[in-house]
Amino acid sequence: MVAQNIAFGVMVGIMGLSAIRVVTTRNVVHAALYLMVVLATVAGLFLLLGAEFLGITQVLIYIGAVIVLFLFGIMLTGARIGKEKLLSHRNKVPALMIATVITAVSIYAAIDYFGADKLPEETRTSTKEVANSLFSQYIIPFEVASVLLLAALIGAIVIARREPHEENLTK
Amino acid sequence: MSIFAIELAFWQQTIIKMVVVAAVIPAAALVLGYVFLLKMMSFMQSRLGPMEAGPHGTLQLLADGLKFLQKEDIFPDKADRRLFALAPVVVLVSTFLLFVALPVSPEGIVARLDTGIFYALAVSSLSVVGIMIAGWSSANKYALMGSLRAAGQLIAYELPLVLAVVGVVIQAGTLDLQGIVLAQANGEIFGWGAIGNPFILTQFVGFAIFLTAVQAELTQPPFDMPVAESEIVGGYQVEYTGFRFLFFFMAEFGTAFVFAGLASVLFLGGWYFPGFDT
Repeated sequence: MVAQNIAFGVMVGIMGLSAIRVVTTRNVVHAALYLMVVLATVAGLFLLLGAEFLGITQVLIYIGAVIVLFLFGIMLTGARIGKEKLLSHRNKVPALMIATVITAVSIYAAIDYFGADKLPEETRTSTKEVANSLFSQYIIPFEVASVLLLAALIGAIVIARREPHEENLTK
Repeated sequence: MSIFAIELAFWQQTIIKMVVVAAVIPAAALVLGYVFLLKMMSFMQSRLGPMEAGPHGTLQLLADGLKFLQKEDIFPDKADRRLFALAPVVVLVSTFLLFVALPVSPEGIVARLDTGIFYALAVSSLSVVGIMIAGWSSANKYALMGSLRAAGQLIAYELPLVLAVVGVVIQAGTLDLQGIVLAQANGEIFGWGAIGNPFILTQFVGFAIFLTAVQAELTQPPFDMPVAESEIVGGYQVEYTGFRFLFFFMAEFGTAFVFAGLASVLFLGGWYFPGFDT
């Protein structure tokens, strides 16, 4: 377990530093890339817990899709190289306070609920077990989520696609 | 790992595996680069290609590689230096990670992962981030346009790639690449098991889609819009010189090699040869 603890410490250290840099850096692209490091270390933590499928899904969705979408948006709207002065917000102090409160509450909730409970030595879950629990015990939330995502997908297409007669109107 | 009946400690195995991966990817990139980029393209254009370095120009890419290493390490004046240096590394790391899950023999696999092919598809999407960083940090409009084109194309063709793989995964009943090979080796065609059951027979359409999507993922012709030389002079690579350009080159052809291996594992039965025990 010592190796896991060291790996956990290293990853949490990287995660914390990158998370702070996400909000303190003066460049939007750098912020997005620091966010990518944070999400990658989250995937690392999942792997450390033996949740292989979850860790890989984290990489596929957050790094392969969400961060790429962020970068697309940022680069298409003309992010400049170097520091930007307007990136800092006036409400820095209230935001910091709210963040501190939320962190404190989640830490308190975690300690209150788990107490001195320890993880079992073997926490590895196979992909088969994940699939079985998804399609038996959690089938209803799973299906609801997929219908919701389908609706969102169709909605996005409807918004993005212009009808031919609308185009004639704008001309 | 007990090929020579020697049991090695975990760290010894790890070192051997790292050395093998570090040697295979550049070697594969050299061979594929020579065969396709230099020779096949030349024959298609009715010319001989390189003939001087070594017999039939086989050492041409080695000579080119040495030349790249000697070049000056140029950064564009307004570039974001750290990201500019980071981008080729990200792309190359994605290629190295891809190779980890590829089985080449019953014992010859760097890490047998439960999520095999899913892992491979996830880490192959890492290279998109590297390409976008490369384009943006170059401080060059051609590079930025090229990287946006490349990223758009890579994301778009990931979908058919995944869908082609899904058919194989359903038929094999596992995501594990070694398991997919075994499923084909132990399969039977109408009760006849002499050649196993390579999935290309049942999933020929999937195989064709997979190869087409891989071609697009590698931005090779006819899907070479992101690096269209006549429009955007090489796309996201335009500002790169020397060994950083060499990184992109190695990543491109190394990935081609790994994807060829994946296609073989998924559809052609992988390392299994009919008549031999698995």
